[in-house]
Formats: sequence, C-alpha cells, structure tokens
Amino acid sequence: MNTLPPSGQSGQNIVLTEETQAPVLEFQHVTISFEGPPVLSDVSFTVAPGETRILLGPAGVGKSVLLKLANGLLRPDSGSIRLFGEEIATMPEEQLFPLRKRIGMVFQEGALFDSLTVRDNVAYQLIQQRVADEEIDERVREALTFVGLEETFSLYPSSLSGGMRRRVAIARAFIHHPELLLYDSPTGGLDPVTSTTIIELIVKERDVHRTPSLLVTHRIQDAFTLCTHHFDKEKNAMVPLPKGTIDLGTTFLMLDEGRMLFDGSLHDLVNSSNDFVREFLE
Amino acid sequence: MAIISIEGNAKQLVLTVQEYSLFAWRAFLNLFRPPIYVVDFLLQSDIIGFGSIPICVLSGFFTGGVLALQSAATLASFGATAVTGRFVALTMFRELGPVLTGVMVSGRNASSMASELGSMVVTEQIDAMRALGVDPLRKLVTPRIFACITMLFFLTILSDFMGILGGAFVTVFMNHQNGTQYFSMAWESLRYPDVIQGLVKPLFSGYIIASIGCFYGLKTTGGTQGVGRATIQAVVWSSVFIIVADFFVTRIMLFIFS
Ligand SMILES: Nc1ncnc2c1ncn2[C@@H]1O[C@H](COP(=O)(O)OP(=O)(O)OP(=O)(O)O)[C@@H](O)[C@H]1O
Ligand SMILES: [Mg+2]
Repeated sequence: MNTLPPSGQSGQNIVLTEETQAPVLEFQHVTISFEGPPVLSDVSFTVAPGETRILLGPAGVGKSVLLKLANGLLRPDSGSIRLFGEEIATMPEEQLFPLRKRIGMVFQEGALFDSLTVRDNVAYQLIQQRVADEEIDERVREALTFVGLEETFSLYPSSLSGGMRRRVAIARAFIHHPELLLYDSPTGGLDPVTSTTIIELIVKERDVHRTPSLLVTHRIQDAFTLCTHHFDKEKNAMVPLPKGTIDLGTTFLMLDEGRMLFDGSLHDLVNSSNDFVREFLE
Repeated sequence: MAIISIEGNAKQLVLTVQEYSLFAWRAFLNLFRPPIYVVDFLLQSDIIGFGSIPICVLSGFFTGGVLALQSAATLASFGATAVTGRFVALTMFRELGPVLTGVMVSGRNASSMASELGSMVVTEQIDAMRALGVDPLRKLVTPRIFACITMLFFLTILSDFMGILGGAFVTVFMNHQNGTQYFSMAWESLRYPDVIQGLVKPLFSGYIIASIGCFYGLKTTGGTQGVGRATIQAVVWSSVFIIVADFFVTRIMLFIFS
C-alpha cells in the first residue's frame, strides 16, 4: 500500500495540483472558546486544490465548530484562517458574503428552509441572483437528478425523510458548482443503505468535478469507502479501486480534546501508533 | 449573593441595550441601501397589515365606545354632553389609536417575528442563509421593519376611525344623543398638530415592534425553550417601549407645536 500506483486519472491530478497551487483553505494556530475551556486550540491544517480531507473525532469535540470557522459563520479568538487566499478571521461580515457564495455547505441537520419548497431551497442562491425562472427549473431538476430526488421538486422539506432532506441539502450545496465543499456529518444518523447512497454522491462530486472538500464524519467505514472507491463515469456508479490502491487526494484529520491529533494519509492513519487513533479505528 | 446577581443582571442589561442599539442602527441604515427585497416586503405587509385588520377594527371600535360611555357620565355633570364627539376624536387620534394599535400589533407580530426567526436560529436556517451568501439582516429584518412601519401607519388610521364610529354608536344608540352633533364636533376638533402627532407615533411603534421582535428572534439560544423565552421578551419589551416612545414623542410634539 505504500508505493501506490496512480489511481486512475484522479491520482495524477492531485500530485500536479498539490505542488503548484496555494491551498484553498488554511487554518493556522486557530483557537476558539465559548464559555469555558477552548473548544479548539492551536489547530492548523490546509485543504489543497482537488483535495478531500476527512475530519474524524468523537462527538462534541468541535468538528461542526471547525466547519463554521471555515466559512466565517464563527470567528476564532486567535489564529489565522485563509480562504481562497484571503484572511477571513477578522474580515467584516459584508465582505464575507461574496466569498461564502463560492462555497457549498451541507449542515449536520440539513438546515433546509422549511417555509420554502424543495425547488426554492435548492435554487436559493440562483433566486437571489435573479436567474430566469426557466433556467432555475432546469438547473434544479439537474441537481435533484444528481441526488436522485427528481420527484420531490415541489414538496416541502417537512414531508421528506431524514435521508432525503440530507440529499436535498447536498443538491443545494452543489447547484452553483462551488469551489469548496464543507460537509458536516452527511451520513450521521442514517441507515447503511442511505449512507452509501450519500457517500456515492460525494465520491461522484469528488471525481467528476474534483472540488476540494472538507468532510466531517463519525462513521469510519464511510471514510474507508471514500478512500477505496472511485466514480466510474461509464457505469455511472461508484466502483472499488483495484486492490491495493487508494485515492491519493483523500486524506485524514483527527481532532481530540480541541487539538489536531492527526494529519495524514489513510496509510499513516492505519499505521498510527497513537493510542487514541488506534482506539478510534476499532 | 443577591448583590452579585444584581450586578450580573445590570451588566447583562447594559450589554443587551448596547447590542440592540447596534442592531437597530444597522437595520435602520439598511432601509436605505440596496439590495431591497421587494417580494419579502409585500409578503410581510400582507402578514402584518391585512392579518391585523380584524383586531384593529374590534379594539378601535370598542375603545371609542368605552370612551363615549365613560365621558358621557362625567361630561353630563357639567352639562357638556355635546362635546363627547370632540373628546373621543381627540383621545383616539392623539393617544389611544396609536398606542393601542401598537400594543395589539406588537402582541401579534413581535411575537411571531421572534418565534419565527428564533426557530430559524435553532434549526441552523439562519446559518444556512449566511452560508449561502445572503445577509439575514437584509433578507429577513429590513423587509419586516419596512412592512411594519407602513402597515402600522394605516392600521392606526383605521383604528382611529373605528374609534370614532364606536363612540358614535354609543352616543346615538345608548346615550340617545344627536349623531350629527357628535360627528361635527369630532370633525371640528381635529387640528393638524393632533393629526400629525397621531400619525408620527405609529412610525416609531412600527420600527420598535419589528426591530425588537427580530432582535430577540436572532439572539435566540438554547433550543425550543429559547424560542419561547425570546417570544416573551420581544412582546414585553416592544410593548413597554411603545409606551415609553409614546411619552417622548408626545412631549416633543407638544414642544414643536406650542
Ligand atoms: N454557538 C455555540 N455556543 C456555545 N457553545 C457552543 C456553540 N457551538 C458549539 N459549542 C460547543 O462546542 C463544542 C463542540 O461542538 P460541535 O457542535 O462542534 O461538536 P461536534 O464535534 O460537531 O459534535 P457532533 O459529532 O456531535 O456533531 C460543544 O461542547 C458545544 O457545546
Ligand atoms: Mg457536529
């Protein structure tokens, strides 16, 4: 597993882009606390172009907080956060809005607007940009087809199941072809079949558009699936990579007690000597 | 212990006032800066304005009626029942119309704004909106303030006239006095300063209702329980502030027109 043959076209892309381009997102010594001890302290990592980073950690460790820091929904107490090369830790809210439009975010509970239909939810940004109605309908249908939910077009979120809501949220994040994706536990609390459907969507987005992303998950098996599968355009399905190869652009971060405990590849993760990491993997 | 908690509460109060002032100021500036969400404004106007018509009609009518009832007894002892119309019209236009409408609409809409925005906060819909690059202050708060000011203005006028009608009803059918005299008295007694005073007040009340409702809604923390707390705070403080603002506007108006 150490000397990895490039896993299809994707592996090679990564090697190229990683070395030549600045990171899309970069945390440097970020600390944040609410009342009480710091939730995150001195956290540093980067997301390079084309890279998918999987953030692991026990419940309540601050994974959601970290994602919200990444697009300025929360502000750090200290440290620097660079998004698309711009420092956002101290940027005024008004200047953040244009940057956030370039990011797609899937919230832990979906966070769909329950007063709007699925169509209006998915098209939210396009509606704000006053895109013509016909074009919106077309793009929404396209996005809903991508997540396999065409039939929900004119339903309200309250009439959808949890898994469907999560997929609508993913469609909403994908529709404007973001330059960075933030997924907060997209499979949390779902059954294995629905989880696999969602992971397949994420793999598809990763391999079709190569959008850099930061993904939070509790389910270590989802993380492994992400590493060991790729999206086959001809079959239009997620297929396992040949034995012994993994997606090189998919790497891991692990948080524990507010600190970044691990930052590296799947190979390093499974061979880690850290007790906490080993315990987490079991 | 008690002293510590008093100090804590005082600090909390000062902080809240400071936060609210900033919020209110930013919301006010947004009233004049694009983008202005016209569709949201119309939607809110419908909810706030048309939805409040029944309560304004009823409360206005009966307030006018009770004014006529109360005053007739007192005025009769001076042999001045003829000025009932004047009394009702002046009281409705200057004080009770604006204040009562404000308090009624605050009970109805400050609460609904606080609970609606509060639920959006606890289900992360506000965060989702920000993440999609839309400013909740412009998208949610500004249209509500606009709509509340405009609608309260018209609702107050409606309520004023319903009050005069209510007074007329009591005067004619219960006190068996001359209706024509009532209306001509009412009409003659109203001067520009009175009308202006009565129409400036709802502008302030409308702003108070929407800004306080939205402020407490957006400040919600702590799940569904927090939404309940936010709703209570919004209704209580907006009602109190409407009456406080009424006092100051009256004072200023009397000063200007004296
Ligand atoms: N807005 C907030 N105000 C106060 N405390 C907060 C806030 N957001 C998060 N916290 C605290 O930060 C800590 C981390 O929360 P976070 O939601 O990031 O956990 P998480 O890693 O996403 O957990 P889970 O896996 O259960 O989603 C928690 O202790 C939480 O109480
Ligand atoms: Mg979380």
